[in-house]
Amino acid sequence: MYAVRRWVVRHSRLFETIYRLFEPVVVRLDPLWRRLGYGRAEAPVRSVEKAVKGFLFDCKMCGQCALSSTGMSCPMNCPKNLRNGPCGGVRANGHCEVKPEMRCVWVEAWAGSQRMQNGERIHIVQKPVDFRLKDSSSWLRVARERSDEGAVQAGEKK
Amino acid sequence: MNFDDEPVPGYSLPILPGHSSPGRLERVLRAGKFAVTTEIDPPDSADPDEVLKRAAIFDGYVDAINATDGSGANCHMSSVGVCSLLTRQGYAMVLQISCRDRNRIAIQGEILGAAAMGACNILCLTGDGVQAGDHPQAKPVFDLDSMSLLEIARTMRDESRFQSGRKLDLPPRVFLGAAENPFAEPFDWRPHRLAKKVAAGAQFIQTQYCYDVPRLKTFMAQVRDLGLLEGPNRVFILVGVGPLASAKSARWIRDNVPGVHIPDPIIDRLAGAEKQKAEGKKICIELIQQIREIEGVSGVHVMAYRQEATVAEIIQTSGVLAGRVPWYPGRDTQPESQRTEA
Repeated sequence: MYAVRRWVVRHSRLFETIYRLFEPVVVRLDPLWRRLGYGRAEAPVRSVEKAVKGFLFDCKMCGQCALSSTGMSCPMNCPKNLRNGPCGGVRANGHCEVKPEMRCVWVEAWAGSQRMQNGERIHIVQKPVDFRLKDSSSWLRVARERSDEGAVQAGEKK
Repeated sequence: MNFDDEPVPGYSLPILPGHSSPGRLERVLRAGKFAVTTEIDPPDSADPDEVLKRAAIFDGYVDAINATDGSGANCHMSSVGVCSLLTRQGYAMVLQISCRDRNRIAIQGEILGAAAMGACNILCLTGDGVQAGDHPQAKPVFDLDSMSLLEIARTMRDESRFQSGRKLDLPPRVFLGAAENPFAEPFDWRPHRLAKKVAAGAQFIQTQYCYDVPRLKTFMAQVRDLGLLEGPNRVFILVGVGPLASAKSARWIRDNVPGVHIPDPIIDRLAGAEKQKAEGKKICIELIQQIREIEGVSGVHVMAYRQEATVAEIIQTSGVLAGRVPWYPGRDTQPESQRTEA
């Protein structure tokens, strides 16, 4: 919902903190996901993720969440799906070129990033969207990638 | 069999040390000259002569010509088509690529094709939304954005590979450009966004129309402070300018063309003038002269949509070429007839 997602951006720092606490929990549950099978966990986790993030951010389930790098303003709500900042068409009132009734997603993102502790992540160039990941759980992907990274690092230490 | 009427191909220049392309635009910029680029109005036609005619009106006044890619989301001859026709004559072209109409497979193929046809400069754009043009019912693609497009083009050139990782046999030798709009929100992010584009591969920038010199000065000071105009990966900034035909058209542009900011004093000055079109040209010339004085500006990009014939006069009167005559077909060789007479 538009009003909710704008409220979230105004409280981007709070949501940054929540996610910072939440991510290690999902990653630590890796043994559970593995026992269940990541494939079987996908459907239930995805529906929870979709409900929560859909309500808060108008999440479009791109499957490669960038909210921590975009001031908690979901870039997939940009009609041009821009992942790296605003286009040149932002209106004088800060609204969108394509949808004049909507605030530019990236004007919001910039404001959100200014309130965050790691807001400077907005300056890092984001890769283009991998459309194979659409409608998959970003949380599970992060859990799997982080624990794989952890395993590799542990292997290197040995 | 041999044909006796083979066309003369466009030859490319040798690539100088430290240059990315064999193009004239990069040479002019790296030599520290004040560069002038413009935009050709692509025809709604399959007539090649029309393209040549529309390019010839800039002869001797511009260092490169941008071939727009469905600008304003309106359908015209393709940028790669216009570039191919004009590079064959030897013109320095800036191929515009917008992310609106093609996915990464089509775009990467186009970069190779255009470079093979002698287009040495590529301007990586996001593109206007389809709602702005003559086919609002079209599917907006936006598979990439201008930033990821820049990064992919740079990877193709510097690492000889597609985004997929597959190797290229011969990389495209291109000078990479991007757009910036210092006159749109969020103002304090714009210089940082430019830095992000430079990090992604931008070597030159062509800005949106500038009618607000104080704002440009602020922007340029921030860009200089970020160190973007120094070192081997420096960026060259060409500021967009253009004549306004009348106060009425200026108001229309301000209200309908996304991202164009025209301050009230400019519109008032046009409205108060007896000959509005002449006043529009005068304003444009004055803007160019003021912009040239700003530290760090490397040139101007003159966009005179539907007033292309005025570009030569505007450049001439502004004096920015300082006696320099940019290359055009036949500049260095007098025509046969004159040579025999002389």
